[in-house]
Amino acid sequence: MDSERITYIEAKRKWFSIDFGELWRYRDLIILFVKRNISVSYKQTILGPLWILINPLLSTTVFTVIFGVIAGISTDGMPQFLFYMSGNVLWGFFSGCLNRGSSTFLGNARLFGKVYSPRLGTPISDIIYSFFNYLIQMLAFVGLVVFYAITNDAVCPNLTLLAVPLMVLQTAFLGMGVGLIISSITTKYRDLHILVSFGVSLWMYITPVVYPVSRIPQWLKGLFMLNPVAPIIESYRHAFLGCGSFEWFYWLVSLGITAVVVLFGLIVFNKVEKNFIDTV
Amino acid sequence: MSMDKNCVILTENLHKEYRLGVIGTGTLRHDLQSWFAKKRGKEDPNRRIGMRDVADGDTFMAVDGIDLEIYRGERVGIIGANGAGKSTLLKLLSRITSPTEGRIAYRGRIASMLEVGTGFHAELTGRENIYLNGAILGMSRAEVDKKIDQIITFSECEKFIDTPVKRYSSGMFVKLAFSVAAHLDAEIVIMDEVLAVGDMKFQKKCIAKMRELAIDENRTVLYVSHNMSTIQDLCNRCIVLEHGKKVYDGDVDEAIKLYMGGDNDEFFAAEYNDDKYKNPVKRHDVNLTKAKYIGRTTNLFYGDEPIQLELEWENLADIPSLSLRIEVQDARRIPITSYLIEDFYSGKKGETHKEAFTLDVSKITRGRYITRYIFFNKKNEQVAYDDIEDAAGLVFRRQTPDDTKRPWNRLWGSIRLGNALLLKKGFE
Repeated sequence: MDSERITYIEAKRKWFSIDFGELWRYRDLIILFVKRNISVSYKQTILGPLWILINPLLSTTVFTVIFGVIAGISTDGMPQFLFYMSGNVLWGFFSGCLNRGSSTFLGNARLFGKVYSPRLGTPISDIIYSFFNYLIQMLAFVGLVVFYAITNDAVCPNLTLLAVPLMVLQTAFLGMGVGLIISSITTKYRDLHILVSFGVSLWMYITPVVYPVSRIPQWLKGLFMLNPVAPIIESYRHAFLGCGSFEWFYWLVSLGITAVVVLFGLIVFNKVEKNFIDTV
Repeated sequence: MSMDKNCVILTENLHKEYRLGVIGTGTLRHDLQSWFAKKRGKEDPNRRIGMRDVADGDTFMAVDGIDLEIYRGERVGIIGANGAGKSTLLKLLSRITSPTEGRIAYRGRIASMLEVGTGFHAELTGRENIYLNGAILGMSRAEVDKKIDQIITFSECEKFIDTPVKRYSSGMFVKLAFSVAAHLDAEIVIMDEVLAVGDMKFQKKCIAKMRELAIDENRTVLYVSHNMSTIQDLCNRCIVLEHGKKVYDGDVDEAIKLYMGGDNDEFFAAEYNDDKYKNPVKRHDVNLTKAKYIGRTTNLFYGDEPIQLELEWENLADIPSLSLRIEVQDARRIPITSYLIEDFYSGKKGETHKEAFTLDVSKITRGRYITRYIFFNKKNEQVAYDDIEDAAGLVFRRQTPDDTKRPWNRLWGSIRLGNALLLKKGFE
């Protein structure tokens, strides 16, 4: 019974204590946060939710013109637009999770300072919100893939697709993990908050979003693939387009790094959340 | 920690410590700079100008060892001067920050309203905000569904319920926000001074609603306020906090008497010989040491009788020009008037001085009033030399011959400006 459950608050807390039952009891709040984010994002805009599609289409077009047409970077023989779109959509999801996650504490300080709800509910609702955007872009992308697969022999989706849901999940966790770490540090030092916006765009350039992994010299490849996002994007692209390769080894390493980042993020978050309101 | 079946909140040895001064400067660069300066024995370049040097690591106990047992259905008022630890206690109970030491146990759910309309989003409509705010306060969607009609009716905002709240007047906003909180299913409701907003009529309605929740549905209400009349209306138990400690717990009237200073009516003089009345962030050039009513043994002033007040102070710095404002507050701690005496004294550091004042209180109606003494320099009125915190000023009571003839005039306000005059006939 909810009305008889006894809650204990102690001065000392275990270094890792996340109450998943409590998160579940607050599921309605998480859903409402998602709904709020969706409906607030496009209030008083003319095009409304269409922006979710316009954004990646525009940036993909720019990539196509700059990197494809002007710079002439290889796309492994794939149609350029489709190639850039594949990386762009997943990267957009990753950076969305990261950006939102990194403003968890600062962006919600007012709310957190006045009322209690499981703090982890906010980043979770942010993941769901970003996932919703991603899903819409994904539909458009899948449409493009189907179109090209019929008209162009080079494009051949394959069985790696089965691993795609896991890759998407991994992307969300990784983005959120990094976001939580940044968010926890920014409660004391605002420097990182400034770093985030251009840090993320720099990160994109060391990730195979606008170029294929095949362009990376062999001696650099091991180091390059240590970036946990790199194997995800490369494998993701391989699944839909059939270009590049899906390499188990790199992906497993990336999964391992993701697990470490998420665990570390949760520990720091857990440590900071109980008293951050005193220092923010 | 074992809890009695009817006990809903239990705290043991609860402490909350804050560090004084600025915790870091917010950016890594400044922190490194400060650290480097200290290393070389230089003054910290990031120290705030005008702040007294607060040694690093100095701490301050906002809540200092509070033990509480609160039972089902109680309506508990929490009172105390600013900085007594009321809000910190509520923050600890509502899990916004965690205790430095000690433990809390509570039974059921706590819904805390430390601010009106937390989590309201300006772009969403009233109805959407009810769901959102309800969820933030811990209600499930099904629970809000059940109550939404009641909430809307109670808020008196039916007409605007599908309009974004950014178009609401601030009064409507408050009403809607309170309505959500008042209909929570939580077993424990915590409120911090939130009833102070909204118009009188709505305030009364809210208090009635809270009382009904406690009496009819056996909910527990914790209420912090400076407004003694709402405490009297709502609560059946009252806790007085002072400097983070519980100094009284029990009967509401007794608690209010204690808090208002002068726990008996013969309270007519006070000595301020320790630092507890001083606000650590304010200037402190003049140190008030004694205050008394001249030649009296009670604080009741009847009819036209003036107050003759004697203050004694010590100069902690050179005082080129001293002015004094004596503020009079009513029982709700709202200032009703002030007496001013400007530029009446100057003196050197280390001197002590005694001065007597006479105050005409004949226009102040019956009741109990609290005073504050604010010393300042006329050239810079904003900065007080010494500002005795409210609970410490002398209390006085007023009665007039009229009061016995018209007992109901207690509702006529604090200041009596006299009779209205008839305009001469034929003026039209």
